[in-house]
Order: sequence, then C-alpha cells, then structure tokens
Amino acid sequence: MKNLENLVNEAVILIDRSENATELEHIKVRYLGKDGELTKLLRGLGELPQADRPVMGNLINQAKKSLDEALALRKKIIEEKDMIAQLEGETLDVTLPGRGLVVGSLHPVSRVLLRIESLFHSIGFAVASGPEIETDFYNFTALNIPENHPARAMHDTFYVDGMNLLRTHTSPVQIRYMKNHQPPLKAIAPGRVYRCDSDVTHTPMFHQVEGLWVDENVNFSALKGVLIDFMQKFFERDDLPIRFRPSFFPFTEPSAEMDIGCVICDGKGCRVCGNTGWLEVLGCGMVHPNVLKHGGIDTEKYTALAFGLGVERLAMLRYGVNDLRLFFDNDLRFLEQFN
Amino acid sequence: MRFSENWLRTLVNPPYSSNELAQVLTMAGLEVESMEAVAPPFDNVVVAEVVSIQKHPDADRLNVCQVDTGTADNKLIQVVCGAPNVEVGVKVPCALIGAHLSDIVIKQSKLRGVESFGMLCSAKELGLTEKAEGLLLLPKDAPNGMNFREFYALDDQIFTLKLTPNRADCLGILGVAREVAAITATDFVPPEIESVKSEINNTLSVYVEKPEACPLYYGRVMHEVSLAVATPSWMTQRLERGGIRAINVIVDILNYIMLEMGQPMHAFDLAKIEGGQAGKIWVRYAKKSEHLKLLNGQKIELQPDMLVIADENEPLALAGIMGGIQSGVQLGTTDLFLESAFFSPEVISGKSFHLGFSSDSAHRFERGVDFAATRDALERATNLILSICGGKAGPITEVKNLLPNRDVVKVRLERIKQLLGIDMESGQISEIFKRLRFNFSVDDDVFHVIPPSYRFDLAIEEDFIEEVARIYGYDHIPVSLPREEMSMLPESEVINLSPSRLKQILIFRDYQEVINYAFVDANWELDFANNASPVVLKNPIASQMSVMRSSLIGGLITNLQFNLNRKQTRVRIFEVGCCFMNNQGNYQQTENIAGLCYGNAVPEQWGQPARNIDFFDVKMDLESLFWPEQIRFEKFIHPALHPGKSAQVYRDNEIAGWLGELHPRLQRKYDLPRSAILFELHTDSLSTRTLPKVKKFSKFPPVRRDVAIVVANHISAQELLDSMNAEKAAIISEVHLFDIYSGKGMEPGKKSLAFRILLQDTEKTLVDKEVDEAITKLINVLESKYNAKLRG
Repeated sequence: MKNLENLVNEAVILIDRSENATELEHIKVRYLGKDGELTKLLRGLGELPQADRPVMGNLINQAKKSLDEALALRKKIIEEKDMIAQLEGETLDVTLPGRGLVVGSLHPVSRVLLRIESLFHSIGFAVASGPEIETDFYNFTALNIPENHPARAMHDTFYVDGMNLLRTHTSPVQIRYMKNHQPPLKAIAPGRVYRCDSDVTHTPMFHQVEGLWVDENVNFSALKGVLIDFMQKFFERDDLPIRFRPSFFPFTEPSAEMDIGCVICDGKGCRVCGNTGWLEVLGCGMVHPNVLKHGGIDTEKYTALAFGLGVERLAMLRYGVNDLRLFFDNDLRFLEQFN
Repeated sequence: MRFSENWLRTLVNPPYSSNELAQVLTMAGLEVESMEAVAPPFDNVVVAEVVSIQKHPDADRLNVCQVDTGTADNKLIQVVCGAPNVEVGVKVPCALIGAHLSDIVIKQSKLRGVESFGMLCSAKELGLTEKAEGLLLLPKDAPNGMNFREFYALDDQIFTLKLTPNRADCLGILGVAREVAAITATDFVPPEIESVKSEINNTLSVYVEKPEACPLYYGRVMHEVSLAVATPSWMTQRLERGGIRAINVIVDILNYIMLEMGQPMHAFDLAKIEGGQAGKIWVRYAKKSEHLKLLNGQKIELQPDMLVIADENEPLALAGIMGGIQSGVQLGTTDLFLESAFFSPEVISGKSFHLGFSSDSAHRFERGVDFAATRDALERATNLILSICGGKAGPITEVKNLLPNRDVVKVRLERIKQLLGIDMESGQISEIFKRLRFNFSVDDDVFHVIPPSYRFDLAIEEDFIEEVARIYGYDHIPVSLPREEMSMLPESEVINLSPSRLKQILIFRDYQEVINYAFVDANWELDFANNASPVVLKNPIASQMSVMRSSLIGGLITNLQFNLNRKQTRVRIFEVGCCFMNNQGNYQQTENIAGLCYGNAVPEQWGQPARNIDFFDVKMDLESLFWPEQIRFEKFIHPALHPGKSAQVYRDNEIAGWLGELHPRLQRKYDLPRSAILFELHTDSLSTRTLPKVKKFSKFPPVRRDVAIVVANHISAQELLDSMNAEKAAIISEVHLFDIYSGKGMEPGKKSLAFRILLQDTEKTLVDKEVDEAITKLINVLESKYNAKLRG
C-alpha cells in the first residue's frame, strides 16, 4: 500500500515539475503507459488474494484517476504558458502604417456637382446633358436671345464657325430636354461651359448646373421654395438668410437673382461679399413663353421655373477656396484635401 | 449709371435714409453697386477771401495772410500759409480753429514765431482728391463765411447703379426718379419743359434715307452762341458726380441733358457743315471707302452697315455713337446745329464694340431711348444754352416716321396669380400699374396696358407680371413647395450608367481626379492624338488654347509636369471629359475617361520594396473599371505610346480605348524622368453592364491540375487561353494563367507558362480517368497548334 501511495506522490511531483508537453507525455507513459508503473500494479492484481482484490483495485483506480487529473491540469497550464509565450513572440508594432494603396479623391467641382445632383435627385429631378459644341440656335435663339444681343458678340462666346460655338451656359439643355420629354418634367443639367474671359475671377471654362421644372402648378412662390430649400440643404444651414432680387435674363420672365447671407462673415461684411453681407449665387426665374414654345410646351397649360448656378462659386464658398484658378491648376497638394 | 443723391432728391424725396434708399433700389432690381460719400467728414471749414499778404519774416516759403471769413464785424483773421498759389483776392476754403480734418484738429499755433488762426486748404487736405497743387481756388462769387460743405454741396452720396440691359429707362436721372417714385409710392412730378420761341428763321434740310434706322430726327440751328462762358458750377458738379468729364460749355450742357433725360444729343459747328447756313443734313448708311475721324481721335473706315450723319460731301458723325472731330463745336464756334434723334437699337447695337470703344451715347441708343422725350430734350437743351451762352434759336426741323410699336398688352389677373403663386386682387394690380404710370384700363379682371415709350422691355403679359412682382416685392411673395403626384425616377442597373460610378472605382484605386480646359495647344493634338485637323476655335483666348482636344492625355501630361515641378514623385490622376473630333465640319463629341500613372506602384512604405509602376498594374485598374465584363487587349501601334507596350482595349468586339506606356520619345520631349503609363477609354463602352443571372454551382469539390508548357516567345497568352477555352472539355470550369518564366534554364526564344485548370461536374464526383482525359486533350490542342511542349 505504501508503495502505491509513494508512487502517486512521486508521479504528482514529477507532473507538477514538468515544463512542456513532451516531458508530460513521458511522465504519462512512465506511469500509465502499456508498461507504466501503475499499469503494472493493476496487472498484478490477479496475483492478490481474491478477497483483497476489490479493495486494491479500487485504490489503484483512484490513483490512476488522480494521476489523469493531475496530467490534464498540468497540460492545461503548460498550454496556457505556451500560448502566452507565442503571443509575446508575435506582437506587432500596431502603430506602423498600413500597407498597399491609399485612396484618391474627386475634384472639388465634381464633388459639389455630385452633391447638387443628389439633393435635386431627392426631389425627383432627373439629370440631363447636352453637347458642348452647341449651335447658335440652341445657345441663343431658342433662349430668346436676339440676334444683336451683346452676349452674341465675339467677346463673350468662343466660336467654332458661323453656326457652331462652345456653349456659354447649360441653358440650351433646357430646350433639348423639353423637346424630348413630355411635361410634367423636372431635370437638372450639370456641365462645362465656356466664355471668352480670363482674369482673377473668371476662367474661360467653368461649370454650371441648370435646373428646369415644367408643370401645371409651378409658380414663382415654388421657385423660391425650391431654391431656398436647396441652398439651406447645400450649406447645411437652416438659418441661412436668402433674398431674391429682380434681375434680367432673356430666357426668364420674371427673372431673379438669388443672394445668400455671406457664409464667410455671416453677413457682417467682408472682402468676399464686398462688405454687403450678401453673395450672389444663382440666377433664376419663370421660363419665358418664347423659350417654352421652342421646347414645344403649351404655355397656357404649363408654367415652368428655371435656374442656373455656378459650381465653382459654390465650391469656393463651401470649402473656403479663395482663388478660382486653383480649380484648374490641378496641384495635388490642393486636390488631395478633398478626400 | 452714376448720379448724385442730392440731385435725385430734388426730384423725388422718399422718407428713407441713403442706406435705405440703396436697399430699396437693389430689391427692386436696380442694383446699387456702390454708394460713396462725395467728401470725407470734416467741419468748420468756410469760404474765405485772402485780403492781404505779407512775407513771413523768418521763412521764405511762408506767407502771412489776412483773411476775410465773413464774420459779422468784418474782422480779418491771420493765417500763415505755405501754398505757392496764394494771391490777394483769391477765394479758398479755410479751416477755422477747432475744425476737424480727417485726423487733425486745427488749433491756434505759431509758425516760426508768427501766430496763425486757421488753415487755408487744398483739395487734398480736405480729402476731396488724391493729389493737389496748392490751394483749392473757389469761384469769385463764393460768399465769404459760407460753410464750405454747403457751398460745394459735399453732404452728398454718389450712387452707382448696376443696371440690367433691359432698364435703359434708368440711364437718366428723371427715369431713376420715376422708378424711385413707383417703388416707394412717393410723389413725383416730371419737370415741365417750355418750348423755345424762335428768333431766327434759319433751318437746315434734313433727309433721312432709311426711316426704320432713324424714325425720329429733330434739328435746330442756333446763332451767336458764346462758348467762352464757363459752365455753371451746379452743372459741372452734377456732371462730375455722374462720372462725366467737363469739355466745353455746349458739350457739358448736352451731356447734362443726357444725364438728366437719358437722351444723347449732338451739336455740330454750323460753319463746318458743307453749305453752312444753307447746308443739308443726311441720315444715311455709310458708303464703302468713306472715312471718319471721331472725337476720341480714332480714325475709322466706315462700313455699309454703319449709320452716319452726313452733309452733302462727307460723313460728319457716327449716328448715335460719336461725333466727328472735324464738325464738333469748339471755343471759336458761334453757330450751331443741334441734333436730338431716336436711332433704332438694332442699328446702333454692337457697332462701338466692334470699333473697340464705348460711348455713353451708344450705350443708351443700343438699349433704347425714350422716343416721346426726343423733342423735349432739344427744347430743354436750347433753353439751357440760351440762358448760359446766349444766342438765338431757330425753329425745329422734324423728320418723323414709324416709331416702335406700343401695342396694348392683355394682362389677366388669373395669369398673375398662376405665375406668381400669390392671391392678389384686381385693385392691388391697378394700384401697382398706377404707381408705374402705366396707361391702362381694366375689364373683368383683364388689364389692357400700353407699354410706355421709355420701356423697351415690356411687350408681353409676363413682362407686366414681373412688374407686378417687382413692385409688390419679391420678398413678399410667399415661399411654398409645390405638391404633386409622386412617381419614382427610372434607375437602370444596366444602361446609361453614370460616370461617377467609374470615378469611384478609380478613386478607391488611389487615383486623383483632375479637370483641365477643353481647349489645348494644337501641338498636343499632334503629339498625343496624331490629329492634324482638330476642331479649331475662331477666337481663342490664347494660341496655346486654340483647338478642342480629341484626347485627354495632353492635359494629364501637363498636370504631371506641373506636379513634378512641385516635388511630387508619384502621380496617379484621371479625368472624365468631352473630346471633340472634326469630321469635315461635323463635330463629334464623345465623353472619355483617361488616366495617368507615374512613379512607384504603391506609396513608398516599409515592408514592401519600391517598384516602378508598369503596364500590368494599370491593366488591372482598367479591368476593374469594366469588371465583371470581360475585355480583351490587343497589341497595337499608337504614336504617343511605346510600340511594344501598348494595347487596344476591346469590349464585345468594339474598340473601347487603349492602354500603354508613353513613347520614350515623348517622355524625353516632355522632360519626364521616368515613364508614364496612360489609358484612355470611351465612357460609352463603360456605360452598360449585364444584369447578374445566378448560375447553379456544383456541390462537388473541384479538382485542380497545374500544367506548365513551353512555347515560343511570340505566342501570346491570350492565344493560348482562347484555344484552350474554345476546345476544352465541358468538365473544365476554369483555365487560369498563374505563372510565366523565361530566361535561365530556358531554351532561347522560348518561355514557360503555367496554367491552373479547375475541373468540376455538377452531378457527381470526378474520377481520375475523366480528369486525365480532359487534361490530355487540352495539352494536345496546345501541342498541335502552338508546338507547345510540356515542361519537364
């Protein structure tokens, strides 16, 4: 008996001292393997008197069970230790930069265009487009700009030949859209436009968004509603002051100029707003009946509102760009800021 | 239009401050561009007369003056003055003790020991001008002691209106006054104009050859007029504040009429007209080869579409635009021929611009001048000349033809409500029309309005609706959002896809979007697009922006150069834009998307060796744009690209664009240290994709076999793949090239390609025999077609 007790104590000490899985395995074989010491004792049971066998068997089995438990416990401890060692060895400097490509960005003009498109899309405006080399008819005549209008002079318009020119505004898309669609219709036309003008505040190419809404119940009150809604959503400011002033465009009647409270100085007066506290951002009006007629619209049944806005201007105000020419230098140090 | 506020207030005086008036004008569509005070604030400056002068005992340049400042006891004050132009008897502004001039306060002081009790002032010291030489000399009749601000009417503002081209009626102060009266509902009575009684009978015969060009012409002869008299100061002041330079008394008077009534006029020296007192005046179009030297000194060759005023021999003036220098009035002139006419806007329009100058007269006639006031203007001018310059006036010669139409316009109350979205009543409209001085009648809520002669912008119902809105106030029109039947916008998944989708793909592959001008240097078209006949602009803004681009590459190369010059080393950019082709006068416009990659494949970073970008990096970007649509690449020659490193891109057998490395020749020409990879595609080829239709996939595991073969170098991977795909057994689901090798250990001129072949059956697990047979068949194809050998 003493023998069994010693055996167990000796094994447990060995188990507790073992450092790794291999050692532990050796110990297991030494005591519980085919020729293990405990196995041998168990096998020797048959030599004991019949009466002693159950007691002894029981004791040996208990010893085996306690060794199994000790082994399992030690195994768990060793595995835990190994895991900790492995993890320590694998630790990264997680502050090192990530690997591979980074992400580019849209040009700020495209970014604003996308924003305008999505705002108008949300109230059902489709996106229309038209050619950039336009005919004199679509660019001027159909828009009620008479033959001798100053805008037709060479100084404002790039001509390709007597009939064709680079469109000076996105308004011709209005006519093309009306001709190809039945009212009621709602569309915006974003795009590049060209004017023979180049200085600090003008580039010979720039971007406009034209908007057109033809329906039976479209009126000046709605024009104000839609555009105020747009501007306040665009600048994400519900309190943005807005005013409409009478103005003149050949293709709208009545016509209006829309001003917003200067977003740079909050209307206090600054260089950007010329100390007026107001910024001119958009021209608009009710579409002139002559223009609707060119678009094949029944002017008694339908009325229409239209507007045209300069994209660079909105981009400058929105992102604090103070020099128009930055948009076309394509300096990566500028462009990368629009990520 | 520039004018003095004080002058305006003599005509109409609403109870508003200057700022309020400016605001009201702006909100009625007459935008006040600026409002400047005539003089800075100063006080205690009076008109003074220098009575006597003595040299300062201790200073050569100083004088000790006794000055009459109009005190009740006629007491003179002593002022020490250093101005060179001080003389006994001159009248000058004098700042008294206690006066505030900009930053300084005048105090009693000693100048080199002599007491001074004030300061005689120059225009600069008063802040009236930037520069001044000596004292500001005032007219002899200036009353001593009068507050100088009052004498010079300095408490005044100069208003500058930025008028829209339709509001020519406000190019005269009477028109502005009429408008102010309407928008502020203030009384305004236009001044009565008296007819002049003629004292002489002289007239010139006037012949108007083309009545439609000049429907109305008034002329008058005047005798014994003196040009030696000075223009009255009240008039020069108004002219000056209206931005008009003084010339001589007659021209000043006529300019005054223009500023007042908006009617440009002209005076001829009667002695310079052929035939003199018996001369004849012709209003006609110029003949070829006629010349005229204008008042601005410009000598012009007249064109047959230019209207002139001529005598029997030659043109005297460019009608409605500018007079000739030869026939103009000058100091010695005594007899005049005055002209007041209405020239049709279409005849004047654009002419002065083409000649390269602008004139106040052309500016007005181009936009339309009130033809009902043409005669009044002549009478008013004659009256002013008679009272200022003396002389005798002859009777008026009138040539009158068909004047512009002023047809009655019907304006329906219903239509006003429909267009503006305001609930208005008939009475409100009548009130507005009355304020606007329209001649109208109402019948059952329909207004019949006659457009006034001074409004060239009112011809249809909508024009009058704008007037209603303007006077009602745009600000008072309620804000509303229309309600409508909702229906969703179509949103295709397969066609007309927006280029922003493509932009997003490139952005997530580390590209930066750029936007370039569409007009480019003609050399770019040759270099990058081999295009010798691009779309040419007739009037380019600069020679290097003279043609329309047919490719976006030139702009991208320029952007690359620009950024390399700013120390960038890695550039990945793209642009989406319209490209233009000239097909013998037919202009094709297509939208392209183009990209450029330069520098390292990935940003310089740890753990990854730096590697220059190459063709295949960018090829994957291109494939991503089309994904999952399959595209094919074929070797091709493009003048801008390296002939061994360029490919044409096909989608569904249509050319979609190209990809390649910039030709080393161009790399040198454009001074690029490393090569650039470029691509350009038509967005059309990217605007459609197929709707996913899910196929059944096998639940049995695929079998993978790798096959490496050796073929001649010139055989393209695409050929091999095409053949295998065409002839493969049905159980082969995929053939994929995964490795390529040439060089050491390889027979010269040969390369090895390794393919991964996946085999699968949707119904059962494949057995080895089937797999072996399928692979053998595939290898046989390559052996027989390409003389391929299995790599041992």
